[in-house]
Amino acid sequence: MQKTWSFKLTPFRKLLIALAGIAVVVALARFIFGLGAVTNLNDEWPWGLWIGFDLLCGIALAGGGFSTAFIVHVLHKEKYLPIARAALLTSLIGYIIALVSLLLDIGRWTNCWRPFFYWGYHSVLFEVFWCISLYTTVQVLEFGDIFFERIKIAPLKNILSKAMTPLLILGIVLPSLHQSSLGSLYIVTVDRLNPLWWSMIIPFFFVWSAFFLGPAMVTIEGTLAARAYNRKPELPVFESLTKVTMWMLIVYLIVKIIDLNYRGVYSMAFNGSFESNMFLVEMILFVLVPIIMYAIPSIRKQLWGVVTASALVVIGVIFNRMNVVFTGMAKSVGGSYFPSIWEWLITIGMWSILVLAYLFVVENFPILAKEHEQETAVSSGESISTGTSVKA
Amino acid sequence: MSKSVLVDITRCIGCRSCMVACKTWNDLPAGKSEFTNNWDAPGKVDADNWTVVNSFLIEQGDQVKWRFVKRQCMHCNEPACESACFTHSFVKTKEGAVIYKPTELNQDYCVGCRYCMIACPFGVPSFQWDKALPFVQKCRFCYDRVKEGMQPACVTACPTGTLTYGEKDKLLAEARQRINSNPNYIKQVYGEKEYGGTSWLYISDVPFEQIGFKTNVSTKSIPSYTWDVLKWTPYIFVGWGAILTALHFYTKRRAEVHHEEEMYEAVNTIEDNKDE
Repeated sequence: MQKTWSFKLTPFRKLLIALAGIAVVVALARFIFGLGAVTNLNDEWPWGLWIGFDLLCGIALAGGGFSTAFIVHVLHKEKYLPIARAALLTSLIGYIIALVSLLLDIGRWTNCWRPFFYWGYHSVLFEVFWCISLYTTVQVLEFGDIFFERIKIAPLKNILSKAMTPLLILGIVLPSLHQSSLGSLYIVTVDRLNPLWWSMIIPFFFVWSAFFLGPAMVTIEGTLAARAYNRKPELPVFESLTKVTMWMLIVYLIVKIIDLNYRGVYSMAFNGSFESNMFLVEMILFVLVPIIMYAIPSIRKQLWGVVTASALVVIGVIFNRMNVVFTGMAKSVGGSYFPSIWEWLITIGMWSILVLAYLFVVENFPILAKEHEQETAVSSGESISTGTSVKA
Repeated sequence: MSKSVLVDITRCIGCRSCMVACKTWNDLPAGKSEFTNNWDAPGKVDADNWTVVNSFLIEQGDQVKWRFVKRQCMHCNEPACESACFTHSFVKTKEGAVIYKPTELNQDYCVGCRYCMIACPFGVPSFQWDKALPFVQKCRFCYDRVKEGMQPACVTACPTGTLTYGEKDKLLAEARQRINSNPNYIKQVYGEKEYGGTSWLYISDVPFEQIGFKTNVSTKSIPSYTWDVLKWTPYIFVGWGAILTALHFYTKRRAEVHHEEEMYEAVNTIEDNKDE
């Protein structure tokens, strides 16, 4: 166990710190002068980049946390243990960033604590707000277990260890609920959101895609982390995760087709409009192509193959959320919106902070699996980390 | 008890007295206007203009007609904004008005999330974008006047009888009587069924879709759509939680014990070890 804290400053990290600094200044300006001074939001487009990208996509991308928790801690598929902590960490930072974005986005930010006391329980946002707040707390506690491995405070560590099972269960139920209710938010846009995306089962599409996004996101993160730290990517783990994603993608595609048929809007997907083309790109490039790539062993067993397919899945979910927030709404709300330079700077700064926080924690806390065990486990072929190989 | 306003499009001459009355009574700041080719200015309601009169040039055969349409909050029977607000900052009063509690009742819980603006099917709630701590703004059905037995300001200002204020069921009967006794009217009372019905009702002699109304919309209220999904939340919470707990303990028996503390390592520690 190392004694000191350290954070090496490379030029890339200095750039990230600068971007984060700019974002902090812009954020201060936004709090003082208001939303109109900083953003291009308007009455037609009350929600823009921060809600559409930072919140909806950020939370979806953090889906790696709950899908990995489900696979590792509920199904006890122990071979995925090496990636569990990294997934939890990314998810935790993702949620904190989303909460900060939300604070920036709400107009009357001085009232941000009020929803805890004044309940509009008939609102979808009520469910989203409570689940995200509680789940972030749960993740902080889950992370506390790791934190106290590094900062040795035995009594706290013991309490947390005992509470871990209920926390894990809550840590899957809460995100399942709010990932779906982020979709339910758009049920109110009936007659306005393009029927290719509006559906009474949009909550299913949101939670399902957040779940299958998880393994893909873990693959991308794992590869990036491996490259950054000169480690071996956990290719066997990635490859075996593709089965989860592939079957879930297939179910997603089938349910989508049934849903379109049931509502009688199937033909709208092929009417040549801008919306229909965007929808087809979403379905073919970001759902069908990854399914095919995952299905072919010679592609998914290669690092480039599994990473490319996973990248398509990740971009696909972002693309889907953008279609719901912007493409599908544009025709009915009219007006125009393109994020201002300040909105971009805040978003870029937020994601820079995410990367910096990830790097710092990974370098100073026990997050990534010990490497030598990996090699022995992989060479032994069967399960990657049986109890004995961990002890070895 | 629930009050209503009937708008008869055939009677409106586009004088905009209602707009002026609204601004005066509600103390809304005047905006500087410019000469423009757009005779429809200002076009859409916003934070300082709670009602606007839109102009439409309608061609019917060889006839050309001007039609003027006063727009404002429709005051839904089951308001989308009320159900969407997670701090319950909107309320439908027994008089029929849908009001915003922070400014109207001095109950400032609104966080400014603007979900009401996404939820409203008529695009009514507007935001004070230029303020540091903005409020949501919209027509309040002159709640202060109506409560005291007076008519809304716009109704008192209308010189042509376009606007009629009264009990909702009486006005609905009046609207039906007018459209049935005169063949020129479109046989529809807009606001009777749209999104579960609204307190403001419109009748017209030109098709509603030609004068800026969305037609063929759902007759189900928006809150009922949301509730159809939201009502499952407690069952999913308990059911999914139970399934996960059962799975967790079922699979745990077969799993081997791990010493997680031995499995993971900080990157810097690894590098330190390599250096040694």
